[in-house]
Amino acid sequence: MTINPDLQGRSYPAAEVYDVGREKIREFARAVKATHPAHFDVDAAAALGHGDLVAPPTFAIIIAQRADAQLIEDPDSGIDFSRVVHADQRFIHHRPILAGDRLVAELHVDGVRAMGGGAMITTRSEIFGLTPDGTGEDSREPVATATSSILVRGEGQ
Amino acid sequence: MTTTPILASLAVGQDIGSRSVDVTRTDLVKYAGASGDFNPIHWNEAFATGVGLPGVIAHGMFTMGAAVQLVTDWAGDPAAVVDFQTRFTKPVPVADTTGSPEPGAAIEVSGAIGALNAEAGTARVDLTVVSAGQKVLMKAQAVVRLV
Repeated sequence: MTINPDLQGRSYPAAEVYDVGREKIREFARAVKATHPAHFDVDAAAALGHGDLVAPPTFAIIIAQRADAQLIEDPDSGIDFSRVVHADQRFIHHRPILAGDRLVAELHVDGVRAMGGGAMITTRSEIFGLTPDGTGEDSREPVATATSSILVRGEGQ
Repeated sequence: MTTTPILASLAVGQDIGSRSVDVTRTDLVKYAGASGDFNPIHWNEAFATGVGLPGVIAHGMFTMGAAVQLVTDWAGDPAAVVDFQTRFTKPVPVADTTGSPEPGAAIEVSGAIGALNAEAGTARVDLTVVSAGQKVLMKAQAVVRLV
């Protein structure tokens, strides 16, 4: 299987909405062994000026990996998931993710570089928060940008 | 809770502290469930060795997520972390210690101020993340907005 070189520049539009729940924030915080009260206690979050529980700094990976799945599962991409290694990751937060947020992610394939028999693929998820604008539509606000590179190992790598 | 650090009182090179995170196979199963990343290399020994790994390894994102708590607790507000990045350089193998009180691996995290930007009101914290004597993350940098 070879990686489709035409992936570079491709984008996948925002798909399903991710509803950020308090219990999910608490579960994720426990899973990364975070103990800060702003992840668990609404009053502690309010004392810091936040309207609801604050997600841990890497929480956006849930939304970003759902967006990445569109590319990995695209039969046209040529990516064998069992040969994927996570090489790097970055989160830029335009504002904190809070419980009650409704988020969508737009996926962009920023780079495809052949490496040995495999390839390094860089993707960027632009994560937006949705707010009803009063006319039955949602307005979009930038929340986070998650960039990741995955190495798809070639045969014998 | 810690007091919020004041940007003007920080110096490049200053230590922000350290912590040790114990990891068990149960922790990896919990992280898989919480994150939705069910790649079997993080919970199935036979699958992991079958693809050439030494055994079950921690999710890179588990290590990244656990490491940043040092910064969050130091900053006093998780929302202060406006930018966080790393490269994953070495896997963290987690031994199966099910039924015993021993962890399957330990991750040592320490942080120091790497850069200060008075104009932007931010400090960059550079993290050193080590397991079994090896650096497992490289260029692990968190930018924190301070007042």
